[in-house]
Amino acid sequence: MSKWFTPLKPVSSGRRITLGILGFVVVVALWWAVTASGLVKPLFLAGPGATLLAGYGLFFEFGFLGDVAVTVGRVLGGFLIATAVAVPLGIAMGAFKSVEAFFEPLISFARYLPASAFIPLLILWAGVGEAQKLSVIFIGAVFQICLMVAVIVGGTRAELVEAAYTLGARNRGVVLRVMLPAAAPQIFETLRLVLGWAWTYVIVAELIGASAGIGFMIIDAQRFLDTGQMIFGIFVIGVIGLVSDYLFKQLNRHLFSWAAS
Amino acid sequence: MSSLSIEGVGRVFPPARRGGADTVALQPTDLQVADNDFITILGPSGCGKSTLLRIVAGLDQPSSGRVLMDGQPVGGPGPDRGMVFQSYSLFPWMTVRDNICFGLREKGLPKPQQKEISDYFLERVGLRQFADHFPKTLSGGMKQRTALARALANDPKVLLLDEPFGALDHQTRALMQELLLGIWESDQKTVLFVTHDIEEAIFLANRVVVMTARPGRIKCDIPIDMPHPRTYKVKTTQEFADHKARLTEEIRVETIRADAMAVSA
Repeated sequence: MSKWFTPLKPVSSGRRITLGILGFVVVVALWWAVTASGLVKPLFLAGPGATLLAGYGLFFEFGFLGDVAVTVGRVLGGFLIATAVAVPLGIAMGAFKSVEAFFEPLISFARYLPASAFIPLLILWAGVGEAQKLSVIFIGAVFQICLMVAVIVGGTRAELVEAAYTLGARNRGVVLRVMLPAAAPQIFETLRLVLGWAWTYVIVAELIGASAGIGFMIIDAQRFLDTGQMIFGIFVIGVIGLVSDYLFKQLNRHLFSWAAS
Repeated sequence: MSSLSIEGVGRVFPPARRGGADTVALQPTDLQVADNDFITILGPSGCGKSTLLRIVAGLDQPSSGRVLMDGQPVGGPGPDRGMVFQSYSLFPWMTVRDNICFGLREKGLPKPQQKEISDYFLERVGLRQFADHFPKTLSGGMKQRTALARALANDPKVLLLDEPFGALDHQTRALMQELLLGIWESDQKTVLFVTHDIEEAIFLANRVVVMTARPGRIKCDIPIDMPHPRTYKVKTTQEFADHKARLTEEIRVETIRADAMAVSA
């Protein structure tokens, strides 16, 4: 037993995969046990089989793929707009202390404004169309990215900056050709993290005033007390999150193979 | 006329917290550096030797005095004063060759010339086969050889080295010393080299400047007249041993003083 619980002792990759799958199996088994035994009524929680069946129905009868596409589009759209604004601003804040002094208190404050609380206002301003959905994700992501990028860029190793200066680089060269590439891997890591959060915002945005999307489907299913569809919708979000996270990690590894791991 | 002249350069750091006392890192210091001098600055840790070097590089501002390069006061860092740091300061996203070309690129030199110069220095530091490697795949000695080549490729008037071999193991360090000295002997360069290693200081220098414990000032300036080219064999000569004996005594006194001050502080 002690060989399983020696601190920091690595496990073989085979065992790691087995344990990872086992985690899912245990949860599904418990789920099945409490629903099949009648401990929890199907009205409150559909069993695994019923959930899969509901998923099948969603895809082949209700055009759920279209909902998924709509939601993915909203997440990517809002996230890309936020990135386009926040990354350059964050870099400027990290590099120039005066820019940071101007924006930092403002953005630190804005960061704590819950994106979901803006939804009523945004509906007033932008209606219930796509602009409102994108805005929620934008507000949820932009301040976070900005502050984290500023910290990363500000934390560039002083030796790299000093070396560049002694090699004849000017301020512009130091920012563009030293601080920016030095921070790039961590900036991408931050984007990966925030993309995960964007998924929670999009669902909240779709729960109110939407006519398509995964969040809309979940609310719609609630009206019919279809817990199977609701659970399946939540699962689909989890699976998409897992896949996008994996793709992001692969992209990082590919782009920044020079970075010491 | 010496190309580099340090005139009354001192550095006082303001107190870390309010009401504290100023820290005098470096007392006003004078040093005249002649063209093609190889000066090693030897002192116990915390004696302000790195501070002095950073001021010459323009990375730190003196509280008093000034540094003159060819009669012009130094305002900030520039490519006429190349620097090699103790910690690895290579750009990790660039290959060895791109690192060496960094200063040339910033200068706007055409690509073919960049290649020519980097070829020469890759050869000089023995890294020709490693031109396309990224720093993370290199050993500590190779990283510092790249950093040296990167500084030299810019053809600075003065080369500043801040304990560049301090993080290397003893054997690698000895090889690096010979490599650096070989380059200096053939290419000629004005060099300021900060170290706390007595043997290293004697082996490389034509002048060893000894600094006192904090607040640092120059204690003595000892010419080393052993002939060039020097190899590791000079380390076993009587003359080397005599220098070593004297410098060991000078440094010992300072280290004991520095130690006592650290306790009382």
